[in-house]
Amino acid sequence: MRSQLHFDAVVIGGGMAGLTAGTRLAQAGAKVAVLAKGYGSTHLSPSTIDVLGYTPERVRSPSESLGKLIAERPDHPYALVGVDAVSDSLSWFADCAAHGPLPSYEYVGGIDRNLAIPTAMGVLRPSAMVPSTMAGGEASALGTVAIVSVPSLREFHPALCAANLTAAGIESRALTLPMAVERADMNPVGMARRFEDPAWRGHFCAQLLAQLRTEEHVGLPAMLGLNDPAAVVADLERRLGRTVFEIPTLPPSVPGMRRYEILRSALRAAGGRLALGADVISHERSNGRVTSVSTHAAGRDLIYVADWFVLASGGFASGAIELDSHWVTHERVLGLPLRGVPEAGSPRFEREYLTEQPLAAAGVAVDAELRAEGTENVFVAGASLPGATPWREGSGEGIALASGYRAAAVIAGGLRTEEGVAS
Amino acid sequence: MTDLLELAQLRGTLDHCVKCTICETACPVSNVSPLFPGPKYAGPQSERYRVADEPSVDLSVDYCSGCGICSQVCPQGVKIAEINAQARDKLKRQKGWPLRDRIITRPTWLGRAGTPVAPLANLSLKLKPARILIEKTLGIHRDAAMPAFAGRRFSAWARQRSDGLKSVRKIVYFHGCGTEYYEPWEGEKLVAILEHNGFEVVVPKQDCCGLPLQSSGLFDDARKVLGTLARALDPYLTDDDDTIIVGNATSCTLMLKREGREVLGLQDDPVLKRVSSHVYDICELLLELHDRGELKTDFQPIDEVVAYHAPCQQQGHWVGKPALDLLALIPGLQVREMNARCCGIAGTYGLKVEKYEIAQAVGRDLFDQVAASGASTVLCDSETCRWQLADATQRPAAHPIEYLYQAYGLGS
Repeated sequence: MRSQLHFDAVVIGGGMAGLTAGTRLAQAGAKVAVLAKGYGSTHLSPSTIDVLGYTPERVRSPSESLGKLIAERPDHPYALVGVDAVSDSLSWFADCAAHGPLPSYEYVGGIDRNLAIPTAMGVLRPSAMVPSTMAGGEASALGTVAIVSVPSLREFHPALCAANLTAAGIESRALTLPMAVERADMNPVGMARRFEDPAWRGHFCAQLLAQLRTEEHVGLPAMLGLNDPAAVVADLERRLGRTVFEIPTLPPSVPGMRRYEILRSALRAAGGRLALGADVISHERSNGRVTSVSTHAAGRDLIYVADWFVLASGGFASGAIELDSHWVTHERVLGLPLRGVPEAGSPRFEREYLTEQPLAAAGVAVDAELRAEGTENVFVAGASLPGATPWREGSGEGIALASGYRAAAVIAGGLRTEEGVAS
Repeated sequence: MTDLLELAQLRGTLDHCVKCTICETACPVSNVSPLFPGPKYAGPQSERYRVADEPSVDLSVDYCSGCGICSQVCPQGVKIAEINAQARDKLKRQKGWPLRDRIITRPTWLGRAGTPVAPLANLSLKLKPARILIEKTLGIHRDAAMPAFAGRRFSAWARQRSDGLKSVRKIVYFHGCGTEYYEPWEGEKLVAILEHNGFEVVVPKQDCCGLPLQSSGLFDDARKVLGTLARALDPYLTDDDDTIIVGNATSCTLMLKREGREVLGLQDDPVLKRVSSHVYDICELLLELHDRGELKTDFQPIDEVVAYHAPCQQQGHWVGKPALDLLALIPGLQVREMNARCCGIAGTYGLKVEKYEIAQAVGRDLFDQVAASGASTVLCDSETCRWQLADATQRPAAHPIEYLYQAYGLGS
């Protein structure tokens, strides 16, 4: 027996773009399966929604700067999705968060003005939307700040953060509280569990109050609970009598896990299926249409047959696009043609690591509706798209959100047309 | 050849680890206990220090519960849990196994010994002094949930049955030890569901899959037991490649499908390989039949709120959560999907006196969610998880097929 299941649409990839596309399709009434090899970048990134931070000048208003970017770079993902999709998808995501599984944990901000919130390095990050637990760190609202951590959190250095913030004009100092935990080093996830315990918070605040100066705001690594972070922050603020805010950490990202939960629960509430561990290993095509994809399930392959597909498997970082040992670039999931690959003989990489890397701008070639070149029914979203340099632009989440949202809208339009024809 | 394959398929995957820490966000054990440093550390990082023919370098890997979640969430395809299971085998081989691990990993022995004296055995497992004695002598925690012997065997029922449906469409039933000795009614209901859908159910003589042995690091014994099972099922495969072997113990079907082959290094065993590709978990099978339009949907309403927990091993089939789609076919039934990782029991892990507290801490999120769900019953595909959940949440725990059986009106 050939193991197979039928869907209206199958989304490949369970990161920000894939979960957005899958949820939007499910909300439009489609029978959807989201196939994820594992967790995506949701669990690694700071979970702020960065739409456009640098062009390369620091961006004050994404909505104003997007127009210029779109005009100058017609191949950029934002030029394909348009400003409206960016704006609508932000509102939609904020709505998902507000009605999501985490009480009172909201995303604040919007497309018109970038917030500036401290990173773990103490740099002010331009983000369009941030979790409400980070909003207290908005630079314009900050007076003097104490950056507080515990010794067991090895990968957060309050002194580094405070020194850079001070250099940026926000008077800050570092405090490390000698709070004992049961092991020498803890990651933010382990610490988040501690902060869910009121007794731990009481002990923590008692120690901290003894060292805080009047008027000092408190910045803490983003580890203030997983299930009800708004309540944790509110409780800390009540006990300390001042603003407390979270600062994104190195991976694993606690706010990233919360963001995953917001999207996962929105997908499930809309009736979308999610299969984890479902690695797509092959596919079938007929006349320019992908008709099914096979996943490597236990014991045998499980085939997902669908009318529509969204490829949101990521770019080079996730391994979905690769440069092989013959210097040939491939899209590994569906073998789709790429765009933006540097010509043979021209530079693929620049020496400076974080500069514009020519090869990294390569992605799956798409038309103006995000349809993959050479197919009728495959749409592409997120880091699989060509033309962007998210780590330079500060645009990763905005692209993922807007393109996932847009791809779903195009497919939903197609579904409606099919229904119209059928009836 | 085996070594090369293993290198490529299991150990070789450690080079795909980019130290992203996603597995650390998901590990149920390291998130509640300092005794296990987490899948990244114990897995791909420690693996580099593990050298064949040299002593084990491990201290903490036995605290991995073997739930497999790390491998499932890894975006790079690193076989973390499988690597750790092999490291545990080496550690235990070197340190030796407590008597307990040789006993509780043998459900067949326990079942055969307990079934004839079920009332007495069940009573003594409920008596505190007896449990304290067992804890002191064997190291099984006095408060750990132990299943009750049914006092009858499923296979006896299946053998004595004369009115079973005969059909050209046959399904081979792998019932496992849980159904055989503890919950024979589940097997009876599974048979009724399949017969209601026009299948003849064939029940081969069979034994344990070896998973408990594998989980406790008794690999040699596990290989023997799994090999025997595979050879018991193999003669039922027909040439047309359409044979279906179905099971309702999701961890045992996963053992047959994948875990045994990967973890025990049996990728090359031709019989196991042949058998494994025909094995289905019952909900997986019923959903595929539904997709083909071959599942009857004459379900009567059940007005009830139930909780559903997809156990770790079910998630390891990598097919999503078919039970949810099936339960959604029952009118009136409101299913609350639990969103916690693991109940903590991990087969026999949570029975062990040194791990009981960890297992309870692992399960706490799930227990709280069940309590908050307003559900009358908690549904789960794995028997050991059900026993843990029933004990911890003070609610009945049932396999999802029990609700399909009821909705089909087969009980009346």
